[in-house]
Amino acid sequence: MHAHKPETSVNWKNALREATAAQLALLAVLLCGLLVVSTGMGFIPIPASSVVKIILSKLTGSPDAIAGMNEVLPVVVMDVRLPRILTAALVGGGLAMCGVVFQGILLNPLADPYTLGVSAGAAFGAALAILLNIAALGVQSVPLFAFIGAALTLAAVIYLSSASGGLSSNNLILSGIIVAAILSAGISFLKYVADEQVAVIIFWLMGSFASKTWADAGLALTAIGGGLAVFLFYARELNLMSLGPQMAASLGVDTRRVTLVLLAAASLVAAVCVSVSGIIGFVGLLVPHIMRALTGPDNRRLIPVSLLAGAVLLLAADTLTRAVLPTEIPIGVLTALIGGPFFCYVFRRQQAARRSW
Amino acid sequence: MGFELESVDFAFAGKRVIEGVSIALAPGRFYGIVGPNGCGKTTMLDLLCRFRQPQSGHIRYGGNHLSAYSKRQLAREIALVPQNFYINFPFTVRDVVMMGRYPYIPRFSGPSARDADIVAAVMESADVDRLAGRFITELSGGERQRVVFARALAQDTPVLILDEATSNLDISHAIRLLGLAARKVRDESETVLAVFQDINQAAAYCDHLIFMAQGKIAAHGDTRKVLNPETLRTVFEVDAKVYHDDYSNSLHVVYKR
Repeated sequence: MHAHKPETSVNWKNALREATAAQLALLAVLLCGLLVVSTGMGFIPIPASSVVKIILSKLTGSPDAIAGMNEVLPVVVMDVRLPRILTAALVGGGLAMCGVVFQGILLNPLADPYTLGVSAGAAFGAALAILLNIAALGVQSVPLFAFIGAALTLAAVIYLSSASGGLSSNNLILSGIIVAAILSAGISFLKYVADEQVAVIIFWLMGSFASKTWADAGLALTAIGGGLAVFLFYARELNLMSLGPQMAASLGVDTRRVTLVLLAAASLVAAVCVSVSGIIGFVGLLVPHIMRALTGPDNRRLIPVSLLAGAVLLLAADTLTRAVLPTEIPIGVLTALIGGPFFCYVFRRQQAARRSW
Repeated sequence: MGFELESVDFAFAGKRVIEGVSIALAPGRFYGIVGPNGCGKTTMLDLLCRFRQPQSGHIRYGGNHLSAYSKRQLAREIALVPQNFYINFPFTVRDVVMMGRYPYIPRFSGPSARDADIVAAVMESADVDRLAGRFITELSGGERQRVVFARALAQDTPVLILDEATSNLDISHAIRLLGLAARKVRDESETVLAVFQDINQAAAYCDHLIFMAQGKIAAHGDTRKVLNPETLRTVFEVDAKVYHDDYSNSLHVVYKR
């Protein structure tokens, strides 16, 4: 009936794969460059070559490379700046990759890691720990309470939305909104009774990477590494789920199990991110959104690309507030102030281009 | 392989939707399911493709309990074109059709040359090859329905379930796709189960009609025997005349206004 044959799809797939590989390579180079440059920036400027030498000497264990250098510099790089910088990059990547997964499960391109109330739960836990001045576990008490709050919130949301055995995206979003609303009221109440600690609570809620340690970076790395493995394992199923639960099931996807596993993994990664750094908005919404326009919606490519892009973005934002701006403003405020208007712009442009995401 | 249903019941939120349905569906036939709105047609299809499980009674497929099949085995046996289809993410048409090959492609590997050939062939037969690089989110309802039809064909199963799969199609594409399904029944002994609103369309393509009313099978059998004014009166409460139309070489129904 039609004289023309469709072009061979194998070539087309190869081209796409190469394009994705190029994007990944570009983002990786950008991230490494940014890591080095931002480590050099700050109260004491350090040349990039010295930063590289210090890192290499630590990695190889040989002190020759840093011989003759001011001995304060290795301490600044290794103990002060790098833990913070790596944590910022990891949290940015973690939030962005969780954003992809939440958008995929909830079939909603406007979902983010906080849609199901993970942030509200973490905030409530943290506020409680600060208010009650819980220090039983040392400096890690607040993050630990934040994590417990987030995990309990997720459990409540899943319990609420699985009554009909469905775990449908509508049920999940509604349950998330209800639970988050209750928790917000709870946070307001805690702030009201907090008296002097209210400033501490508010500061924590706005997010910060100040004085992050190697322990924070290690925790974030573990969570994000584990999350990434789960996400990549189920990325194909996540693609099929965007056809809707009925069609995904007819193609042989165990929709309930995939939803549950991905939801739990993404929420735990988001909870770790929040407990390490406070609530940092827009990274998990904006990055998947923009990357989807560049890479396409295939989660097998979108997840790693968003991970790297999120890392670059949040590290750049943190470097801006740490080393460029005259005074450090909370990172959560900065991402919302820059990300919000930028999102409006992107959203408007996409509508104009008559593409619905 | 065929289906056997044995006093199947299904209730939804306490309301009986399917009640005591027993029927044997032999393989290699084109079955049409018709009935008034809300009579349980779609639920019936959901039960057959195991999206829902009956609360009592049994469904057997190929002699075995439907629940005995693994998800992947079942996905290689039964393909579904649902009534409503909406997708929020800008996959290309080719991507969506390729998703039909999921039950055959191992994890972490790409589609084989055979998968690519099958996808190219079904896209041509459903007339969506021209749309291959377009985003599914940009297509009209009818174009989307053709893509989803092609995706089901790519699944390459012995059973094809169509839930009003031609409801949004223009007449030329409706004839093309139903003709395609009918040829698969004739040439490849495929079993097709299709819900229709248009009884004339059902009469033109189906060997066998199943009339449903209030969750039960009101009548079923060979189209030429079961499609008559009495059945239509009982099931739809309309006055109709049924005659053989020479031009389409099938039974035709006209209704009293």
